[in-house]
Amino acid sequence: MVASGNAGARLLDFLKPPVAAIQDFYILAGRALLNLFRGPHYLEDVILQMDAIGVGSLPIVILTGFFSGFVITMQMSRALAQYGATDQVGSIVAITLVRELGPVLTALLVAGRNASGIASELGSMKVTEQIDAMRALGTDPIQKLVTPRMIATCVMLPMLTIVADFLGMIGGFVIAYFQIGLGVSQYWTTAYQALEYNDVVQGLLKPFVFAFIISLVGCFYGLRTTGGTQGVGLATTKAVVAASVWVFVVTSLLTRIFVNLH
Amino acid sequence: MTAPANPPAQESLLRFEKVTLHFDEITALDSVSFELHAGDTRVVLGAAGSGKTTLLKAAIGLIRPESGKIFLFGREITGLKETQLFELRSGVGVLFQEGGLFDSITVEENVAYPMLNRPQHSESLQEVEQKVKEALRFVELEQTLEQYPSELSGGMRRRVGIARAVVSEPPLVLYDSPTAGLDPITANTIMALIVKERDVKNTGNLIVTQRYQDGQLMANFRYNHSSGHLEPTASNGGPGGPGSNPTHTIFMVMKDGRVVFEGAQHELEASQDDYVQKFVPKHA
Repeated sequence: MVASGNAGARLLDFLKPPVAAIQDFYILAGRALLNLFRGPHYLEDVILQMDAIGVGSLPIVILTGFFSGFVITMQMSRALAQYGATDQVGSIVAITLVRELGPVLTALLVAGRNASGIASELGSMKVTEQIDAMRALGTDPIQKLVTPRMIATCVMLPMLTIVADFLGMIGGFVIAYFQIGLGVSQYWTTAYQALEYNDVVQGLLKPFVFAFIISLVGCFYGLRTTGGTQGVGLATTKAVVAASVWVFVVTSLLTRIFVNLH
Repeated sequence: MTAPANPPAQESLLRFEKVTLHFDEITALDSVSFELHAGDTRVVLGAAGSGKTTLLKAAIGLIRPESGKIFLFGREITGLKETQLFELRSGVGVLFQEGGLFDSITVEENVAYPMLNRPQHSESLQEVEQKVKEALRFVELEQTLEQYPSELSGGMRRRVGIARAVVSEPPLVLYDSPTAGLDPITANTIMALIVKERDVKNTGNLIVTQRYQDGQLMANFRYNHSSGHLEPTASNGGPGGPGSNPTHTIFMVMKDGRVVFEGAQHELEASQDDYVQKFVPKHA
């Protein structure tokens, strides 16, 4: 009886920190969202973050988008050749990129680049007492630091995804035209016709949801940083890992929903 | 709810009533009670981890106690929401241990921050600019306006931190280890600025430190407006003699979250408690 009581207490102790962390995350997310409807609004910070997150990520997104389309087309052309359907490679590339690979790859890149950046910046501010100073000087750190990053990521990630999708299709076209020998209109017509309203909606909704996850996870771990520079490094790593894992979990759920809708 | 601009003498600025706070198993504050009036100084001594910084953060609601009450400018803050606290905090200047300066903005923007970001600020940009320059002149760092905190030395950062803490002329200023990690000459410069601020603006001060010398300077020196220098007070050789405490400086010694000593400098030096004695140099 005593042993089972101890085991229960140990289980409770084991579960407390993750449950408390989830609760803290929801409180942070709730306050960041509520701040959209109450002032003060830091527009200058939003624009700065849009530049850092959006424009700053553009080169890597362009490269990754282009080469993902390039590689998909090479791989698919071999498989499709067995069925004599290489002319359909445009539709395969378009569907794969718009539905799944474009949003997920872009989100993972932004998670690696920006969730880490956000966590390390906020973490450094936390350990050098800048967050406390901000509160002491009458500024809500969530309003000043979290909400602008959330807005900026939600605006820029869907845009980056569109860029990645388009560049991926161009990458696919390069292979389709020069290696497979498809005509320009043949590739682009099949690609365009393959896309349905459902594909475009999920291709734009996913990055929007990922943007919330990436920005809030980065801010969450940054604001929980303790223990000096080592703590900042740890917070950065945790932010990237958590954001990346959640991107995969959420894309699975959203895909399931959209497949059912279809 | 607004903080008073010029509180009359003996008005309570800050009051702790049996404040207790734990971090997991560690007792950070254990039934701490004290009161700070306008124009008074409290010097809090204690070893690392004794609860000094926690006490300072609790004073402005950055950390919430589990039990007990904290009154800031006569208003109980323990149950207030963060947004309600912002207005009260605008009446408190805070110098954090490492200065707490925002490293992404210039010195000028750092010092202007409390004025531009408080809930109800009425100053024009020209007035803010003027006050920022005055505050930086006060700490003798006018020339650093356009520099970033990372370009300054530790002592200079601390001085900019003081300028930011006092720019809006708050009636209460909290200093967290203002001289920690500084050489004796820079530490004396910092403390002289704190004495000057106290005597020019008649502020209430709560100073958390590990250095007895910081408290000694606060208790025994006054800023002379005409000469522009610090000079000894009655308790340090002037009329009135030892024990007169003309600067209203009270020492508190903390150990494991508890206040183990509270009294004037001569009482501190006369204390027979082993722990308390560790903070008083033998020659004092």
